[in-house]
Amino acid sequence: MASLWEYANPLKFMRTTDWLLPVVAVAAVVTTATGLTWGFFFTPDDFRQESTVKIMFIHVPAAMMAINAWVMMLVASLVWLIRRHHVSALAAKAAAPIGLVMTLIGLLTGAVWGQPMWGTWWAWDPRLTSFLILLLFYLGYIALWSAIDDPDTGADLTAVLCLVGSVFAVLSRYAALFWNQGLHQGASLSVAPGTRMDWAYKAPLYISMVGFGLIFLALVLAGTRTEIRARRMKALVARERMV
Amino acid sequence: MRLNVTNLACARGGFALLEGVGFSLSPAQALVLRGPNGCGKTTLLRTVAGLQPALAGEVSCPPESIAYAAHADGLKTTLSVAENLSFWAAVYGTRGIDAALEQMNLRALSGRAAQNLSAGQKRRLGLARLIVTGRPVWVLDEPTVSLDAVSVALFGDVVRAHLAGGGMALIATHIDLGLPEADILDLTPFKATIPHHGSGQFDEAFL
Amino acid sequence: MIALLVRDLRLAFRAGGGFGLGLAFFLIMAVLVPLGVGPEPDILARIAPGILWVGALLACLLSLDRIFALDFEDGSLDLLATAPVPMEGVVSIKALAHWLTTGLPLVLVSPVLGLLLYLPPQAYGWLVLSLALGTPALSVIGTFGAALTVGLKRGGLLLSLLVLPLYIPTLVFGAEVVARGAQGLDVATPVALLAGITAGAVALLPFASALVIRINLR
Repeated sequence: MASLWEYANPLKFMRTTDWLLPVVAVAAVVTTATGLTWGFFFTPDDFRQESTVKIMFIHVPAAMMAINAWVMMLVASLVWLIRRHHVSALAAKAAAPIGLVMTLIGLLTGAVWGQPMWGTWWAWDPRLTSFLILLLFYLGYIALWSAIDDPDTGADLTAVLCLVGSVFAVLSRYAALFWNQGLHQGASLSVAPGTRMDWAYKAPLYISMVGFGLIFLALVLAGTRTEIRARRMKALVARERMV
Repeated sequence: MRLNVTNLACARGGFALLEGVGFSLSPAQALVLRGPNGCGKTTLLRTVAGLQPALAGEVSCPPESIAYAAHADGLKTTLSVAENLSFWAAVYGTRGIDAALEQMNLRALSGRAAQNLSAGQKRRLGLARLIVTGRPVWVLDEPTVSLDAVSVALFGDVVRAHLAGGGMALIATHIDLGLPEADILDLTPFKATIPHHGSGQFDEAFL
Repeated sequence: MIALLVRDLRLAFRAGGGFGLGLAFFLIMAVLVPLGVGPEPDILARIAPGILWVGALLACLLSLDRIFALDFEDGSLDLLATAPVPMEGVVSIKALAHWLTTGLPLVLVSPVLGLLLYLPPQAYGWLVLSLALGTPALSVIGTFGAALTVGLKRGGLLLSLLVLPLYIPTLVFGAEVVARGAQGLDVATPVALLAGITAGAVALLPFASALVIRINLR
């Protein structure tokens, strides 16, 4: 049994993803298309929310991936700091913009959903606030990557920021909960997904979630491949200059 | 008490500059590193001083024996000469800055703020810091830049006095130091070889 | 260590050291807000805790980039890194010096600014207490941000983007202490959480800051 760490070798990673990426990409498109088509056109309207409920099939998977992408970056950063595998650092770099977009999709679809349901585009609800804060963390992480020239220094610094940021993101989440309860007691607007939900909704929702997960995976693989190529190109250019 | 550098390879900005560098310094010996601009003199010194990790090889010397002086002198412009030196004396846990002031001919300037010193006087103050550290191994990067002939001679005397007291000096420079007795190591032959490329390997970009 | 603290304080108080800038900013903030919001005492009294805390936070932010940038430019950071002092100690001292020159003055003048903003009398004690407990965390977290961006050309703006999200928990609990104190509610929970964040940050973040400085000096 080959060790998992072999895939941390850039060459091995490129070879594997040569065939793996198309497979994942096709699977992502098929699964997401199935989940969304089922969800949009073959589910009944909610008796209270009518067809607006169907925003859920984008909103919930995107919000889920927004958090999962950060967790994946955290794990990848730890792997980089502990085992110094370059692919890991580059995968974390590639995941950040995707996580940012997922957060944005979550916030925007939430606003579109919230307007008819709650009569407001935005509310300082703990869950919404936490997502806005998560957006700030993504922005900081991406900005730090883009500010540093040396790739290994960038990987180290962003990895430390990701670790420290994770702790503060969790603290901010609890601070947001505390803050909102403190100011307006018990006026939580958020709808807990998955509760009292019929299988007619659950099935396409789960399929969409898997689809979004696969989209994330495909984009991270593609992004990591791009980063590896960019890194190699940089090395080759520098080498030309040295000769 | 020796400084041994064996098979050292070091990198700057993710690219190997030098490899296979080896030398040894024993007490009362000075070694001058030479080579064209960009050949890795500063990088080598920073590696020896422990500021950056070596790609390969090792630097062995007793702990807490190296005093490093970079291009920049690390002077605080609003502090006086004496205040600047006293700070470093306190950091290194040594006493008395008088000897250093005397040797670098800074006594008359001791009350003056560092911002009012000329470039050469600042450099002398930066070198006086080395005396204050009390460390046996001096690692110096271009120590005589912006010094006039008299000050270069003064610097040569200070290094000689340091060597005479059993010290060592590792100096990178491309101009004359006024230290004819020092050994010279040309870094040009140690330039890192470029690995054969065209193989399409993706790991070659990752050190 | 003590020598480093003395040197940093001396540099801050000498000409061009920038001491008092944060304090002046804090004062201007407390003058501008009523001008923007209007002079109604009940509105000002309600927003005073938040305004004072946000003001303190921004005033701290103002001087963060000086913590390491000057030492990096003149080369003393390299020399400190090779000196017989642990980098963790250096960053802790830097944070302490920043707090003494920025955070502590803010704590001391905050009651005067509370007066300008009609802060209810029963909240003054909590305002001073919350700032005294919270501003050390702002300095330590800010030192981490400054360590991350040392040596970067566009460091200043990036520093705010990195540090402000990290300030959120401190801001929330700090302002909450004052707001609850003003309403005469129980403040034990937010005080404990605020103190907890500060204690955790002071104990752990210097290790991250020192690691990051060493990486940046490579």
